[in-house]
Amino acid sequence: MRSRREFLQASGMLVASVAAISVEGVEAFLQRAASTSGPYPDLDYLQLDSWIVIRPDNTATFFVGKTDLGQGTGTAFRQIMSDELDIAFEKTTCVMGSTDITVDQGGSGGSDALQTDGYPMRRVAAEARRVLLEMGAAHFGVPVTSLAVSEGVISTKIGDTAEREITYGELIGGKKFNVTLTGRNIDATTGQAPLKAVQAMKNVGKSPRRDDIPAKVNGTQRWAVDMKVPGMLHARNVRPPMVGATLKAIDESSVKNVPGVVKVVSRGNYVAVVCEREEQAIQAARQLKVEWTPPQAAPFPASENLFTYMRSATPSSTGKPVVAGDVGAALAAAPTKLEAHYEVPFQGHTAFGPAHAMADPSNGQLTIYSNDMKSYGMRNGVAQFLKIPRQNVRVVWMQGPQCYGRTAADDAGFEAAFLATEVGRPVRVQWSRQEETAWDTKGPAYAITMRGAIDANGQLTALDYDARAADYNHVGYNEADTVLIAQLMGQRKAQPSSGRASFPSDKYGIANRRMAGSVVPMPLAWETPIRMGNLRDPDGPQVTFASESFIDELAVAAKADPVAFRLALLERDKADDAGFKRVRSIACLKAAAEKFGWEARPSPRPRASGDIAIGRGVAYAYRSETVVAEMVEVEVNRRTGRVWVKRIACAHDCGLVINPEALTRTIEGGLLHSVSRALCEEARFDESKMLSVDWVTSPTLTHADVPERIDVIHVNGDPDPNRPDLKHYGAGETMCKPMLAAVANAVFDATGVRMRRVPFTPARVLAALKS
Amino acid sequence: MAAVTLLVNGKRHTVEVEPSTPLLYVLRNDLDLAGPRFGCGLGQCGACTVLIGGEAVRSCVRPVSQAQNVEITTLEGLSKGGQLHPIQQAWIDEQVPACGFCQNGQILTAKALLDKTPNPTDAQIRDGMKGALCRCMTYYRINAAVKLAARRLA
Repeated sequence: MRSRREFLQASGMLVASVAAISVEGVEAFLQRAASTSGPYPDLDYLQLDSWIVIRPDNTATFFVGKTDLGQGTGTAFRQIMSDELDIAFEKTTCVMGSTDITVDQGGSGGSDALQTDGYPMRRVAAEARRVLLEMGAAHFGVPVTSLAVSEGVISTKIGDTAEREITYGELIGGKKFNVTLTGRNIDATTGQAPLKAVQAMKNVGKSPRRDDIPAKVNGTQRWAVDMKVPGMLHARNVRPPMVGATLKAIDESSVKNVPGVVKVVSRGNYVAVVCEREEQAIQAARQLKVEWTPPQAAPFPASENLFTYMRSATPSSTGKPVVAGDVGAALAAAPTKLEAHYEVPFQGHTAFGPAHAMADPSNGQLTIYSNDMKSYGMRNGVAQFLKIPRQNVRVVWMQGPQCYGRTAADDAGFEAAFLATEVGRPVRVQWSRQEETAWDTKGPAYAITMRGAIDANGQLTALDYDARAADYNHVGYNEADTVLIAQLMGQRKAQPSSGRASFPSDKYGIANRRMAGSVVPMPLAWETPIRMGNLRDPDGPQVTFASESFIDELAVAAKADPVAFRLALLERDKADDAGFKRVRSIACLKAAAEKFGWEARPSPRPRASGDIAIGRGVAYAYRSETVVAEMVEVEVNRRTGRVWVKRIACAHDCGLVINPEALTRTIEGGLLHSVSRALCEEARFDESKMLSVDWVTSPTLTHADVPERIDVIHVNGDPDPNRPDLKHYGAGETMCKPMLAAVANAVFDATGVRMRRVPFTPARVLAALKS
Repeated sequence: MAAVTLLVNGKRHTVEVEPSTPLLYVLRNDLDLAGPRFGCGLGQCGACTVLIGGEAVRSCVRPVSQAQNVEITTLEGLSKGGQLHPIQQAWIDEQVPACGFCQNGQILTAKALLDKTPNPTDAQIRDGMKGALCRCMTYYRINAAVKLAARRLA
């Protein structure tokens, strides 16, 4: 329950912010909001004024509690909201992600911006339009039904002729709506107005250019890394050289000769230096002599022994298997049985820009400037971590390096907040490259066993999936007891988080099927750089690598074309097709095959002479409601082991597409991100420390590897493609799922060699070719 | 500390700084430029790229003392008289950036490449750009934008 005082503060804040922005521009509003001294109450999501402001000049600003990580979701929100509001797209702006001026919609995660939050945003915009039409009717003294509205101008009309006109800005500009909405939670927020039919939306399906790009190209963008205030200090962390080591002593005299050292801060095993200038902090962190007591036991096995460890360790949790039919009996009865083991290592987020944040403790408040994708979570987490009221904390969200889940558990913001409190001055924290690559959160390693049976007619009769995920102590979000600084300080959960092993996502009709998964713990649960976090579809690429590689192996055993084999499995079970995912899967496979020019034949391709072997592969998956089928052509150099993904076709069905061009770019980037995971990426470590610490020891895809061609096909596979309520689904992650398998399947097609261990580095491919 | 004079985007600046300080931190913290960015501090990723005498230089590993008496151009200095450079315009027309954090390095690396090789082949683009990393993997569009800019600059 909020107190009456808090409630009044909240409403007072609302009045102040809305009244002001109604007459001032967005930039002026943001500047003024930035200098507001707090406290910072929550905005009331049941007030229309929390979401939309219309100015006298007939421009509108939408306030969205999401963050745009570089996919253009801000532009997409403007498209759907300007359509529902009936205002010109060009006259709208979108403010996102800062906790004091936007409703807490959770920030980004799960690719849910449009799938989940798009609907309340559309509904509040539709409600604003309804209210404005009522105001227009009162103004003209006519019924609403006799009014028309276009681009923010309401007109009375007799027949087709407009008579009198008034703009939204003239009706409401400078004033509040004062309309109370309903909805049991933020996602359910609604007014009375219905949503428009897809066919009535003018901006949806067009590709207005992303509004954030010009400043990113001309150098005027101010990023979270650029945030400076007077008196600001620079901090660098000092990490234990051996994972799990305990701090013994710090020799502060070792940095005596470094100018500008303000304070050496330590608590538990967390150590940092705070200096006047950035280069001083870098030098002091490098020079500070710290004595550590090594841990008594190795925190983890060496990465080269990881899968042996994972297959023999006792699981910490085992989920309930999903079972259909009798897999054991079907396997026993089948003439052809297959078994294969797949391995995906830990892979880092390895954000292009290492973690960073600035915290300002002025006025007894705490403002954190951050690129945290879940800024609202950081606000709550920091308040709990530092034991201060959340009203005294705000997070100002700013642009930053995209990291696909890394900033869902944003360590640097917590560190900046702690250090700013310790020294009583604004502090900027910047992680080093080595720190980021070594200590960021990781996507979990998987060891998966697949078994399958083919009957005498070449039909798949049984499929068994058994996964072991090293997902122990999954660090999903900005929790006060799971961010790295908290763990190093000894603030921990009573129990490690349980993590999970995920199951394949396909719509194959297989009579006898079992999916089982368990989680295996690493020896050290806390203070470890192998902390699991959400990496772009957290488990999908690993799971789909096994399931879609194995479907390919079964197709080979059945001497079937891999696309035809999949289509036949999708045609088998027509009983359940919620969300039409099965028919949409078929539509995507067919669309990809057509664009790719898929030649139907079994794999592998007959061997050709020469160093370069060419092959093609397919894989498919869905995530939530979004379906994707991918086909790749690869060149494998038999002499060097290098795999080049030369061509990609991706058929993608996420329902209603808001901005085709921005979506295409997002998919292209996601495809290459997963090509990088297939070919390059692995977090390597020995028994005491990370070995992958920079771009040399942790390689990534580069310009040299760019495919010759990428085709993205936007599929609308709905049985009623013109349905007026066609839904818009999430699109930021699904494309990452099938690529590992698609590449492995293409390498097999080219060479007859099956890659079951990710990544397919030249050394690993060469070894496989020779064995 | 010593007085160091830098010529950046046509303007002369004198700062008091340790001469061994990497140029990057002086550009960012003393001259308040946001184009060059910290990505690795090791000269491996390209985020900090500036142009010195037409060469794409990694400012994170160039001591500021060795950046005097030369003309330094940052992303902010690429446009002239409020007019975007054709490379920047190509980046907008191809809608290249995702997060955009690496694009400083991409654009300035492309500038250095096109200055030397006005009509690059695909192989020359791959080779000339390969040191500029992008974790959003916008490479495919960058490749297209470099070709578009080359056509417009011809």
